[in-house]
Amino acid sequence: MTSTTLDRAPARKAPPGSPGGPRRRLGRGEARWGVLLALPAILGFAIFTIGPMVASLIFSLTDWQIGGDPQFIGVGNYVEMAGDPLFWKSLGVTTYYTLAAVPLTLFVGFVVALLVNQSFRGQSLWRTVYYLPTLVPAVASAVLWIWIFNPDFGLFNTILRSVGLPTSNWLYSESTAIPSLVIMATWGFGNAMVIFLAGLQGVPGQLYEAVALDGGGAWAKFRHVTWPFMTPVIFYNLVTGVIGTFQVFNQAYVMTEGGPNNATLFYIYYLYTKAFTDSEMGYASALAWVLFLIVMVVTVVLFRNARSWVFYEMGDAR
Amino acid sequence: MTGVLAPGPKNPSAPTATAVQRRGRSPRTRVGEARGLTRAGLWLVLAFGAIVMIVPFVWLIRSALMTDAQIFSSPPAWIPDPFAWENFPQALTAQPFARYFLNTMIIELFVVTGTVITCSLSAFSFARLRWRGRNVVFGLLLSGVMLPYAVTLIPTFVMWSELGALDTFIPLTVPAFFAGAGGGVFNIFLFRQFFLSIPYELDEAAYIDGANPWTVYWRIIMPLAKPVTVVVVIFTFIGVWNDFLGPLLYLTDDSNFTLALGLATFQSTYTAQWGLLMAASLVVILPIIVLFFVLQRYFVEGVTLTGLKG
Repeated sequence: MTSTTLDRAPARKAPPGSPGGPRRRLGRGEARWGVLLALPAILGFAIFTIGPMVASLIFSLTDWQIGGDPQFIGVGNYVEMAGDPLFWKSLGVTTYYTLAAVPLTLFVGFVVALLVNQSFRGQSLWRTVYYLPTLVPAVASAVLWIWIFNPDFGLFNTILRSVGLPTSNWLYSESTAIPSLVIMATWGFGNAMVIFLAGLQGVPGQLYEAVALDGGGAWAKFRHVTWPFMTPVIFYNLVTGVIGTFQVFNQAYVMTEGGPNNATLFYIYYLYTKAFTDSEMGYASALAWVLFLIVMVVTVVLFRNARSWVFYEMGDAR
Repeated sequence: MTGVLAPGPKNPSAPTATAVQRRGRSPRTRVGEARGLTRAGLWLVLAFGAIVMIVPFVWLIRSALMTDAQIFSSPPAWIPDPFAWENFPQALTAQPFARYFLNTMIIELFVVTGTVITCSLSAFSFARLRWRGRNVVFGLLLSGVMLPYAVTLIPTFVMWSELGALDTFIPLTVPAFFAGAGGGVFNIFLFRQFFLSIPYELDEAAYIDGANPWTVYWRIIMPLAKPVTVVVVIFTFIGVWNDFLGPLLYLTDDSNFTLALGLATFQSTYTAQWGLLMAASLVVILPIIVLFFVLQRYFVEGVTLTGLKG
């Protein structure tokens, strides 16, 4: 995913003659300046990414309470993890949430993007309304939704009661806690929608006319033009969506504290409590590395799988 | 990654397209009536969806303006009567929200400044200067985007703890001066994309006149890069405003809290005071919404460019 993919992206890109910079009279100084100006990024990457990654791998091989001395225990933490029911619980909760929230958000985002891409009156108003929820800061959103889900006086049960439907305990019952959080996540489908919209605007219009000329209707246009052109965008939203949901923390911390009965014990929340409540830095680091490996594997699987359904117009398998 | 976002050659003026349009016109009028009905149906779906999206906001505002008695009344009311404006001063003084706001803005100032300067400088180097290993380094930086933040969380915390920087703004602001570290890669990417589109003849002319890269960056490139700078400023600002985990980890004294952290502690202290909680939430939400309406065009540009995480 280096410069080859990136360079050909924008329509207004640099003239082909000068992809790597101009021919000019800087000589040796150019390289020196180049490294100097990129230094913040290089140092930042070393200090805040590579260094901590290596450190956390080393921590994960120790038994270490903060303030005490770390004891090297080899893969002890990883062995312990295999027999830790809460680790498996948190993995299950996170997977469940991901499998529900990502497809739902993508589906709603895609359908609404198709709708608001039509030239309706007040088009930009519709888009704004659907995008608005994504602007709400995470903590404020969490506080608002606790109140919406309140079993006694909350918005949902108030509405359900007024039309005579059975109410729910939402966040306060083991079976409905995650579905409730999925509903809340779906409210924020606007990000996915905006990216879909950008994709839709890139679909070449004359292809629709070609389908119409061949007697194809709306479905044929969708199936043979819109869908293939949108698969890379769907794929992009899928990958970023999965990586995002694997790292959910705020909802668990602010709204449920992992409860009821660990029903919302999200992986990062479990890691956080291990590290900063129980101060088991070694074990928490091992949890972090396992998450890293899981995200890597999932991403690789998604990318491999993508070859079978994602359409790339340039013909190169990227 | 933008290649993924903007597929397809745009060539609307191709001769075949216009011919097709002309021919396509007559069947369109024949089915016009059916289309009108479908459109009305779709319009209804859109309107219903919009109401669903808006209801939580209505609930937020309605509750923020209600006294406890009204909130817990039965049957529930939708319109506050009377409007309990006193919820706002009461909520904002129950905890030092003014202080939280000041803290947040101090962090904003440093993070936004640091991010814009160092990210644009690095991007300038990646886009317009040639040096060995440049593309490898840039690719490496980009791969960091995929990294779950949890992997770096604990060692970074330990590092700041060893340096005695806990309960200060240092862990929250200093990384910004290293090209944002972590999330900053997106900004480097954005700046770089934009810089690639500026004609290189400008640099060459300046170099012939004896300018050095810093002058080119500062006098030529940055003045042209206003749109992308605004996008980066907006999204960095929102990122800081919304950040919860960072302040939660590093700030312990109430007088150092940010708005997000303050709101979360407010929520756990005033559990059932929904009027006050909603008033405080509204105050935290409103600046972002206002920012959006003022700078809407940049927002859409930025979201489509980065596909920012939710």
